[in-house]
Amino acid sequence: MADATYPEDLLYHAEHDWARVEGEEATFGITWFAQDALGEVVFFDPPKIGARIRKDESYTEIESVKAVSDVVAPLSGEVIAVNEALSDSPETINEDPYGEGWLVRVKLSDPAEAESLMDAATYEASLS
Amino acid sequence: MIAAEEQTLTVFERSRPGRRAFVAPALDVPERAVDELLPAELLRGQEPRLPEISEPELVRHYNRLSKRNFDLDTGFYPLGSCTMKHNPKLHERVAALPGNAALHPLQDPRYAQGALELMWRLQVALGEIAGLPHVSLQPSAGSHGELAGVLLTRAFHEDRGERRTKVLTPDTAHGTNPATVTMAGYDVVKVGSDARGNVDLDDLRAKADEQVACLMLTNPSTLGLFEHGIEEIARIVHGVGATLYYDGANLNAIMGVCRPGDMGFDIVHFNLHKTFTQPHGGGGPGSGPIAVSDRIEPYLPRPQIVCRRSEGNGGEPFFDLDYDRPKSIGRLRGFQGNYGVFVRSYAYIRSLGAEGLREVSELAVLNANYLLARLRQEGVLDYLPAAYERVCMHEFVLSGAPMRRELGIKTLDLAKRLLDFGVHPPTVYFPLIVDEALLIEPTETETKETLDRFAEIVAAILREAKDDPEIARAAPYTTPVRRLDEAAAARRPVIRQPL
Amino acid sequence: MSTYTSATGEDRREMLAAIGVASIEELFADIPKSIRLGRELDLDSGRSEQEVFAELRALAQRNVSTQDEVSFLGAGMYDHYIPALIDSITGRSEFLTPYTPYQPEISQGGLQAMFEYQTAICELTGLPVANASVYEGPSAVAAAGYVAKLTNGRRRFVVSRGVHPHSREALATLAHGWEMDVVEAPLHDGLTELPELDGEVSAIVLQQPNFLGAVEDIPALAQAAHEAGALVICACDPHSLALLKPPGECGVDLAVGEGQPLGNRLDFGGPSFGFFASTEALLRRMPGRIAGETRDLEGRRGFVLTLQTREQHIRRERATSNICTAQALNALAGVIYLSWLGRRGFVELATLMLRRTAYARERLSALDGVELLHEQPVFREFAVSLDAPVQRVIGRCRERGINPGYPLGREYPEHERGLLVAITEQRTREDIDRLADALGAAVAAERAGNRATALHGAGA
Repeated sequence: MADATYPEDLLYHAEHDWARVEGEEATFGITWFAQDALGEVVFFDPPKIGARIRKDESYTEIESVKAVSDVVAPLSGEVIAVNEALSDSPETINEDPYGEGWLVRVKLSDPAEAESLMDAATYEASLS
Repeated sequence: MIAAEEQTLTVFERSRPGRRAFVAPALDVPERAVDELLPAELLRGQEPRLPEISEPELVRHYNRLSKRNFDLDTGFYPLGSCTMKHNPKLHERVAALPGNAALHPLQDPRYAQGALELMWRLQVALGEIAGLPHVSLQPSAGSHGELAGVLLTRAFHEDRGERRTKVLTPDTAHGTNPATVTMAGYDVVKVGSDARGNVDLDDLRAKADEQVACLMLTNPSTLGLFEHGIEEIARIVHGVGATLYYDGANLNAIMGVCRPGDMGFDIVHFNLHKTFTQPHGGGGPGSGPIAVSDRIEPYLPRPQIVCRRSEGNGGEPFFDLDYDRPKSIGRLRGFQGNYGVFVRSYAYIRSLGAEGLREVSELAVLNANYLLARLRQEGVLDYLPAAYERVCMHEFVLSGAPMRRELGIKTLDLAKRLLDFGVHPPTVYFPLIVDEALLIEPTETETKETLDRFAEIVAAILREAKDDPEIARAAPYTTPVRRLDEAAAARRPVIRQPL
Repeated sequence: MSTYTSATGEDRREMLAAIGVASIEELFADIPKSIRLGRELDLDSGRSEQEVFAELRALAQRNVSTQDEVSFLGAGMYDHYIPALIDSITGRSEFLTPYTPYQPEISQGGLQAMFEYQTAICELTGLPVANASVYEGPSAVAAAGYVAKLTNGRRRFVVSRGVHPHSREALATLAHGWEMDVVEAPLHDGLTELPELDGEVSAIVLQQPNFLGAVEDIPALAQAAHEAGALVICACDPHSLALLKPPGECGVDLAVGEGQPLGNRLDFGGPSFGFFASTEALLRRMPGRIAGETRDLEGRRGFVLTLQTREQHIRRERATSNICTAQALNALAGVIYLSWLGRRGFVELATLMLRRTAYARERLSALDGVELLHEQPVFREFAVSLDAPVQRVIGRCRERGINPGYPLGREYPEHERGLLVAITEQRTREDIDRLADALGAAVAAERAGNRATALHGAGA
């Protein structure tokens, strides 16, 4: 696994989730810290397309061999896409947590919520 | 398909068409066609593809498999929270007596008096050990006993016209506790522990309200520490009208010394496969009887074993199954419970007696404290300090966090390296509140020399890691297999042989 | 020094010195005086091994086992012949004494045995997923109910009256905690009659063959359940799976059952094991341990406990079950038994039982005062109705060393005079003929006695 990275173009939630905001839509995933704490991911059960998810609430779970972790939504919205490839290769979440390991794509219901998220530097500082 | 070495061939892979072990008895009744006796459309198309193998090959297969297992009769097994004490060999003999082994569970009680009396006497003994007089032997394992206890609690509250929604468990609780709470239809609320390893009384007071049905606790806790504030805990819990449940996994520390009933517990479960020597069998069978106070007694599972004294019989006791229990929660399983386990546990209690059982607990606590002292003498605690600076009871928990920082090996690596030294590792990563936890329970049946040797081995592994941490990280080396890819097994599970 | 321990006076002195305390008593200082027992436990003193053995043997001798009488008792547990090799294998220390295989590197024997057992159960049930055992039959039914509840969240179970009374009760006990209700589907002429099912039904629960011995039309019942969106739970007699269409081909979602008949002793009701199999869709809700195949870092084949995130030690309050210790040793006996019977032997044995049962049914129904309770096809057990009080008839048979079967009246008041007769391969034709003679004579004697009473008035 690569060293810890926290891309600067993303926004971060305290529960170790990231958001890539592009206009009215956003992509979510879990951070390097989260995948490292979990260990090798073995299973990801995505929410349904059309599901409404709410900021700060858990919208799915990720399982490693020895742990189950809630995944918290950094922003609110409606699920418009899920990463189907993860059902065959859940380990992608470990290998590329910010790229191919994305979890869901969401149509944001309140883009202003993004203001409460942290930038990369703030998030990384919060980890120590 | 993973390449199979000869050693790991399954019984299916050893099969050859036409081979067999079984010889059917001769047919002595009319040879009627199967499709005459059973509806043709409900018949199986193809017979189940079971193995085809001779008896000698079958015996070799399972004997070879057995040699790929480490076991308690072979070596030290200090699994914390599991109480891996010696399994007395007398017990197999008495369990195998035909009057026990070949007794049908629905035999008329008049013709099963030996069995019913044994169960009744076991109940009396367990009730005395727990300090709670009313016992049900029905639950099949500890977690089954926990389920019974929470369902009894529910019945108790409902009978008083109350509907409570929460059950409290400490953050040190064994996973079966919160899992049981959910299965019984309650919400789990976690109570924190303080810096001394006790239940945080302030947190408990804040969370104990009239929505709380029960607090589930074990004492000593899973940290191996006696709850200093147990009497205050009982007051708080009873003060809001909730029940106090005792998880008996750690009973080995206190038999004959103090009793859960006297601490204020309403319901206790026993693990006969821990404290009372039922062999673990690689994952069962066990048994989880419960003992309860007077106020919980009406709700006990049905049937109960009772002793009736009939006037007509000259006052001779008659042991019976009592189904007339209108407030009972009902059944949790079929028949009467794991009787074969009762036979062994009863034999154990009769062998040890009152003084013997007390001595079991005294020596369990002595052995644990001695092992801790030896680990300290060997310098092990410099890297794996005791999580709490207190006298432990029958087990203690160390933290491998300093070891990870300074030597670069984790508790997992230490455990795997122990396998190369012919010792079963202690429990790892439990309880959850201790970082890199190592929970060690030697039990009373181990000799001083075994404990000395274990301490020396751990010290040797740490010295080795200081030199070259890579050795432990890639351990074990001498076991039948090396570290296994558990992630692959979980991602793409192969849980049966493709036939 | 107590039995099984070894700490001599000298050992204790050295140990206390190393710890730095003067006495063992100091190690218990954390226990408040107010809760110290302050006396010995009120139990007898310990005894020698020989004395304990004598006491246990004396108790055992007061039990009338299936070795002491010709027994036709069944109703969930059966007096099958258990081959000698099972004891010789399960008695081995390496299988008898280890703990659950949390360290797979030194538990390959037990884990591989679980894998083989799971394979055998999948093969018997025709379902792709099986766990490594649960406690026994009735609690397996309740555990299957929990899976249904977790899967669809609906609020009702519809349970056939033909399901074993203990299973029905165990499910009801647990369902109460889930605030689900349990509705009974009646039996008509020995077979289940499903009521109209609506969208509130989480699962239907069936048994094959049912408690009265009848072979049910599981596919038809399952179809009705699926049309209503409900899951199908079926408790199966394991030997019947040699001949009958497996539950996986009948539309069953969760196949469970009592494993005792497979190589396990009667033991007055336990320990035995419960088998538990399901469709692929329910894999991640499956309770209990599951062994999986994998490889080690040098490419060797090996086995591990897998999908542990379902279980209590990881998922805790969100676990699919609270089960921890199960019945591994008994399941091992089960897979050895199935391997011993083998592909052909399993069918031969079941066929023998089927034919002997048919013979017994014919002989008994031909007796005066004995009628079949129903005429549905049966496999290894059937119910008759006696024209005489059942307990008195049993008493008379007993005098001839025969236990004719299980009286149905307590759990089935509508069959007050019912008797459930079970046949295993150990009940020979000769035994069955003796049963017929004894039963015929007993019923006749009771009827004669009753007529005499009627003639002379009730006060006689």
